[in-house]
Amino acid sequence: MGKLLNLKLRVWRQDNAEDSGRFEEYDAKGVDTDMSFLEMLDVVNEDLLEDGKEPIAFDSDCREGICGTCSMVINGTPHGGQKGTTACQLHMRQFSDGMTITIEPWRASAFPVQRDLVVNRSAFDRIQQSGGFISVRSGSVPDANATPVAKEDADLAMDAAQCIGCGACVAACKNASAMLFVAAKLSHLSLVPQGQPERERRALAMVQKMDEEGFGSCTVTGSCEAVCPKEISLDFIARMNREYGMALIRKGTV
Amino acid sequence: MAITGVGLFGFIIAHLLGNLLVFAGPAALNEYAKKLHDLGPLLWVARLGLLGMVGLHIWSAIKLTAANKQAREVPYKSDVLPVDGHRRDDIAVKFAARTMIFSGLIIVAFAFYHLAHYTWKVPQINGIHDDFETYYVQADMVTSANFTEGEQGKNPVDVYRMVVTGFKVPWVTGFYVISVALLCIHLSHGLSAMLQTLGIKNKNTEKWVDKGAVIFATLLFLGYISIPLSIIFEFVKLK
Repeated sequence: MGKLLNLKLRVWRQDNAEDSGRFEEYDAKGVDTDMSFLEMLDVVNEDLLEDGKEPIAFDSDCREGICGTCSMVINGTPHGGQKGTTACQLHMRQFSDGMTITIEPWRASAFPVQRDLVVNRSAFDRIQQSGGFISVRSGSVPDANATPVAKEDADLAMDAAQCIGCGACVAACKNASAMLFVAAKLSHLSLVPQGQPERERRALAMVQKMDEEGFGSCTVTGSCEAVCPKEISLDFIARMNREYGMALIRKGTV
Repeated sequence: MAITGVGLFGFIIAHLLGNLLVFAGPAALNEYAKKLHDLGPLLWVARLGLLGMVGLHIWSAIKLTAANKQAREVPYKSDVLPVDGHRRDDIAVKFAARTMIFSGLIIVAFAFYHLAHYTWKVPQINGIHDDFETYYVQADMVTSANFTEGEQGKNPVDVYRMVVTGFKVPWVTGFYVISVALLCIHLSHGLSAMLQTLGIKNKNTEKWVDKGAVIFATLLFLGYISIPLSIIFEFVKLK
């Protein structure tokens, strides 16, 4: 057992997508410092249920930082501001006794709030569906060394492929821009040979879809990179811009 | 933003190189000015092109800002605690990037003043009793072949005398230095953002792009302010 904390929570409560929402305050008493942030919310929810109140709705799944489901802005920073981690990997030992913690959902027009801390992130799915895949028929499992990939390219592709699509980049960006997400997805596929046949089509389709979904533009402030739980670099956005520009030129659109 | 930014950046470099001729003496600067004016229609192409780029730069800024505001219709209600006590917009955002709109607007205001001061030569705003229109060239051109005596109200104007007299006024120099400082703050973010948007930044250049933008902006600042400061402190003066 770690130390026990008494905290005050200010949580965004919103009954449904149409509700205007408000902050409500709760006491979180006897919070173990070894708990994760989500476990702390679970405990608070049990207390709420015992009192006959509606528990706080929030998204979570794997609780080990690989699914990208937990999405909340903790004290103004997506995932709580601990470098390179998701909210479920944030532990209560990062907080001090008596602190007030404010919890809000992601805020972006493209991510409408469904209830409390739950937002609808299907805009990301639609961007992926527009081109974030390869449709080359590969037959049975190929030999591991059948398609050589340079070490540097493989490393870079893996860096980009770390993106878990949590949406913290959109949540942190002052323009609610999804460019870091799209850049990661695009770079990951365009760096490896398997992604080459559809490279241009993919760049055009994904960027176009991103704009359609109502995300903002990149003004190169670096907020996305700062909060990304997978520490995806801003340089991928430059790569995406280059991919998109080259695709426009090759397709003769410009 | 980036494409017009490239054009405007080009102008800022060319303008500085031209201006630095003030250190080469009155003859060099006046001859350079005369050659520019002698371009005739070409000069107007350049001027209109520049005006167009300024217009497009501002227009795309307005359009982008409007779209970006729309991308988050419901703002955040909480403040940033772990990163700093400032607005939440400031997660990792540098001063220059946060203030692009303000530095930009002040630069536009300054550019108007600067044009009225030296190009339209509005006598009421130059802070001295003389009208710059009366500063026509007498015998200071480098090559006698290029020398034609200026007449009042016509080119060639004695640019050297105009610049040296103009910057003798402390508040003119003060406004100039502040505006150029803002311009260079604008560029310290703008240059790296420009390369990022054009996709020129990559794994090999990333380290240099951000540092390079700051270094280049600082060099431009030093280059630009060297002129009025040399005049105020009388390193450069009328003969």
